[in-house]
Amino acid sequence: MIEKDVNIINNAGLHTRPAATIVKIAAKYQSEFYILKDGMNINGKSIIGVMTLAAAKGSILKLTFEGDDEQEMAEEILDYFNRGFDEL
Amino acid sequence: MTKFKAPNVYKGIAAAPGIAIRRAYLFKKAIEVINDENITDIDDAIHNFNEALEKSKSELAKVFSLAVDKLGEKRAALFEAQIMILDDPVLIEKITSRITEEKKNSEYIVNDEFSKYQDIMIASHEPYMKERSQDIEDIKNRIIRNIRKKKWKSRITEEVIVVSESLTPADTVLFSRMKVTGYITNFGGLTSHAAIVARSLDIPAVVGLHDATENISDSDDLIVDGFNGIVIVNPTEEQLTEYKTKLGKLDLLDIKLAKLRNKKAVTKDGKKIDLLANLDLVEELEYIIQHGAKGVGLMRTEQIFQEYETFPSEEQQTKVYKGFAEKLYPLPLTIRSFDIGGDKVLPVDVKEPNPMLGWRGIRFLIDNKELFKTQVRAVLRASTHKNVKFMIPMVSSFLEIEKTKILINECKEELSDEGHPYDNHIEIGIMIEVPSAALMIRDFASEVDFFSIGTNDLIQYMLAVDRGNEIVNNQYQEFHPSIIRTLSFIISEARKTNTKVTMCGEMAADFRAIPLLLGLGLESISLSPSAIPYAKSIIRDLDSNEISELAASCLKMKTEKEIHDTIDKFYFSNFGDTSYEFYTTTDQ
Repeated sequence: MIEKDVNIINNAGLHTRPAATIVKIAAKYQSEFYILKDGMNINGKSIIGVMTLAAAKGSILKLTFEGDDEQEMAEEILDYFNRGFDEL
Repeated sequence: MTKFKAPNVYKGIAAAPGIAIRRAYLFKKAIEVINDENITDIDDAIHNFNEALEKSKSELAKVFSLAVDKLGEKRAALFEAQIMILDDPVLIEKITSRITEEKKNSEYIVNDEFSKYQDIMIASHEPYMKERSQDIEDIKNRIIRNIRKKKWKSRITEEVIVVSESLTPADTVLFSRMKVTGYITNFGGLTSHAAIVARSLDIPAVVGLHDATENISDSDDLIVDGFNGIVIVNPTEEQLTEYKTKLGKLDLLDIKLAKLRNKKAVTKDGKKIDLLANLDLVEELEYIIQHGAKGVGLMRTEQIFQEYETFPSEEQQTKVYKGFAEKLYPLPLTIRSFDIGGDKVLPVDVKEPNPMLGWRGIRFLIDNKELFKTQVRAVLRASTHKNVKFMIPMVSSFLEIEKTKILINECKEELSDEGHPYDNHIEIGIMIEVPSAALMIRDFASEVDFFSIGTNDLIQYMLAVDRGNEIVNNQYQEFHPSIIRTLSFIISEARKTNTKVTMCGEMAADFRAIPLLLGLGLESISLSPSAIPYAKSIIRDLDSNEISELAASCLKMKTEKEIHDTIDKFYFSNFGDTSYEFYTTTDQ
């Protein structure tokens, strides 16, 4: 299992568009992907779940990836977070 | 709702001009009672649920493509997330397994599962999460309705006025294809989706009525007056006659205005006036050209910021500005820099004790140099057809103009080095909306190419009256003698220095103000696109000498009332049946 903390760095935070993109990326992989914030553990393959996260700029989320392709999945998703959801 | 005059008259926000007299169509979306019956045929229930998902998907796909057409891709993206929810594997698996285990009606389980997510959203401190919960409500109700195999009530076959609490983007888009002749909503303001779509489709709308859905029943007869933000429920014979007469005149006026479309805005004695448009939305562009505007006198850019939910990049901005400039070419496009602060949203969380006197307009931009440069570079890159102008809000000192010009030159040099083309002679103007700037016109004239008077702020700063403050806002007087004298000063000083001056505030669209403003020597005004034909018809009935005399006499007056009375008298003696009748003259 891979566990990583990520920072929300874009101004608008985790709004609907990046939420949709994260779920779309996650759907390409077999591994399980969870987002942990404020005691809630959200399945990252569920758009409605990810939409419940109010993650403003500066928030820290814990991401976990588990499964055969966890390495590739983690890389692609972490990269998307680190690019500030392409909104920098 | 504020009631006045007759008890069946309600006042809201005039969101889209026009008059409609039709039956009410109450559009209710909430699913009232959820059926929590136990079931025996689980397979059938799951089958039903899956069918409902498919049906909802195909409905939303239609909405999505319509929305792309009518609202543009950016706004339509909202519907994409809604469609994704219908494919959410975690959610669907959970609902399906609960139907199997609990042997409950699928609509009960759907409602219960969706509501859990909504509860989390509503509990959030972020205001946008509450809106997000509304989006979830919309999709939940869509699925439940499809489980019940009910048709959307929005199949409207006769001409009606839609009355609703609020309208979601999806509703507004769908309604726009049906025989809807007016919109009335409890909530929403000028920039709500219902208002935007109504304006771009020329459908009269009154929004923000608070309790319209309680005071209006299905099939009530309604009058919607989108000029004055008035709704009349079950009108009396007298009210009906009054509005039917107005409607008849409006039809005649429409014919007259249509004929004016290609005519110039000139006074009877041949003095030419430039009518420009204030542009807020992409959808309005077509409308602007159709209504015979001579270009865009004010393009607000705060809107783009809101649309992107964050500061748009240079590339994004360039694309937007360039798109507008190309569509308008050869007509000019005046882009106003982000006017942030005051009553407009500040992107950074700053609490100011008095935001109207705080960090706004050019002050904010100069302190946020990188952000300002991003916009300046984008505007310059969009100026290649030489029909773009750039305008700075809230200028109050000479130094601010100097700093801005240095920054613009920096951007020009950078762009040249990078090989990006731009218009080296792009016109730079400033808004005159702070009293100090009004007094400095002659000094500023050597530094800028044009002035644009922003009346809303100018009046509020001159009179020290906050328009948003209900205790004092009756003292916000457009026709206060000091305002008229200041405008006269600005216009004559600008003329002495051969600098162009225009006006883009609400006053420019006030039919009562037009003769006076032109009489003061103003030759260019910028107003909302829908007001352009009316302004044109007024201007074509004016005589330069008469309005100069009108202005000269108003400059001598001591009270706003004297000025009002003089203007009213002027209208009565000069006009027959023209558009001004559609606007009530008394302050409501």
